[in-house]
Amino acid sequence: MTDHHNHQEIDEISGVETTGHEWDGLKELNNPAPRWWLWVFYVCVIWSVGYWIIYPAWPTFGGATKGTAGWTQFTKLEREQAEIAARQTQYLGRFHEASLEDIMNDPELYSFATAGGASAFKDNCATCHGTGGAGGKGYPNLNDDEWLWGGRIEDIYQTLLYGIRAPHDDTRISQMPAFGRDGLLTRAQVMTVADYVSGLASASSGNDHPGYTIFQEKCASCHGPEGKGNRDFGAPNLTDAIWLYGESKDVIFRTVYDGRAGVMPYWKGRLDDDTLRQLTIYVHSLGGGEAGESVNDSDFGPTIPDAGQ
Amino acid sequence: MSFLYKHKKLEKNSILLLICIIGAILVGGIVEIIPLFRQETVIEPVKGVRPYTPLELAGYNIYIREGCYLCHSQQIRPLRDEVARYGHYSLAAESMYDHPFQWGSKRTGPDLARVGGKYSDEWHAAHLKNPRDVVPESIMPSYSFLSRHGARLHDIDKHLRAQQALGVPYTDDMIKNAESDAASQAHAGSDNQTAMEERYGGPLNVRDFDGNPMLVSEMDALIAYLQVLGTMVKFTDYEPASATNTAGETQ
Repeated sequence: MTDHHNHQEIDEISGVETTGHEWDGLKELNNPAPRWWLWVFYVCVIWSVGYWIIYPAWPTFGGATKGTAGWTQFTKLEREQAEIAARQTQYLGRFHEASLEDIMNDPELYSFATAGGASAFKDNCATCHGTGGAGGKGYPNLNDDEWLWGGRIEDIYQTLLYGIRAPHDDTRISQMPAFGRDGLLTRAQVMTVADYVSGLASASSGNDHPGYTIFQEKCASCHGPEGKGNRDFGAPNLTDAIWLYGESKDVIFRTVYDGRAGVMPYWKGRLDDDTLRQLTIYVHSLGGGEAGESVNDSDFGPTIPDAGQ
Repeated sequence: MSFLYKHKKLEKNSILLLICIIGAILVGGIVEIIPLFRQETVIEPVKGVRPYTPLELAGYNIYIREGCYLCHSQQIRPLRDEVARYGHYSLAAESMYDHPFQWGSKRTGPDLARVGGKYSDEWHAAHLKNPRDVVPESIMPSYSFLSRHGARLHDIDKHLRAQQALGVPYTDDMIKNAESDAASQAHAGSDNQTAMEERYGGPLNVRDFDGNPMLVSEMDALIAYLQVLGTMVKFTDYEPASATNTAGETQ
């Protein structure tokens, strides 16, 4: 390699000056970087100076420079949220003011509620109750008319707000005892009563079944003498074909032996009230919603005195 | 044209080039390093954040061991859609006792920064054993073995001590009681609950998490950890409830 500092050699073919470096007969043309590229580079450098002044940029020992525009991600978020809220005002404003009863009677608000509820349901509820609300083992199906704690609008709202056996003071609570584990019944008795319960749905268990007396003594106080359940305690109806944990005798045995205590989280505070009321109406609309006038009067008092259809 | 050839001077004078390189690197280095020395300027203090209990810390260790962070992030960015889906955006203070932090960078599964309290313990246990049982479309692997393995608690005090060395305010009292605290947090109605809540300054989740009271399993530890994620800061203390879909109010 030779170096020709002061000697300018012009390449014959291109007419461009070479760097004067030669490798095995190959020489490098000394083209400058393209002008357009250079200008973009310089403009970027100038741009960055403006950026440092206007936006938060340089860290100092007292925290980063704030920038003259006062921009933060948090104010940007607030602005965007306000923008969406403004766009929703047309419906949300009316929705916010309306009682659950008003909403049920206003087709426009009602469809707004079910649409909003459907999207909130997918994010928050579908993980347990399934995308279509069909539930799963241990998680109730919301499409049918079997309700543990009630299917009126106010019942659903109450359940959504405070949950079931959730860590909230106002949560719905009841306890299915572990009859076998805690020694309230012997293993044999548990088997007998499980056999009785498994026959209730098909009406093959009569009063002459050996499990009948045990059932009347231990189970009837919550599930009722006929096993029809009681919504005050979230005690399921045992005489229909709907089983939360499974209909086999083994599963019923386990339920009686170890007890069950399904948990539904409370959503008050996690979701805002408008979303919760949308969800309430959506769940009510899934198929099993009951009218406001129900035979089962609940002592729970949601803050809507006259809700219903 | 001569201006465009000025770089020759740099390229042909190695000492000058070296000085310029050092200068350029210093700027980048200082910009990145200064905030680390001045964390108090970027971590806004909020009420409620406490160090993990020993059982939660054991769960945190399992979270790292199983590589949960590869598919789950733990940071809700201040973007409208994320806040609408996951709740209030994450605050720096909420992960200040995570060493290492679990912000993650990939969401194959959902963000977990506020998963605490969102699902029941039974749901978590069922989901960890076989995710498809509760979420049919899930591609998460099964972690059923966690319920069969006892959580590693005999040396959990050393983990607390290591975290203490990194600046987590574990007291000597917490370290001394670490193993018994860890075991008793997995039993509902434990005699130790009051003492433990006093030590950690607030209500704790004390119960059997995995549905098997006979064993303090790795699943107990992991669920205890998951159930506390994002629940320490009460956002009523942080800012007033907003009109939009954020966590604004708590019990």
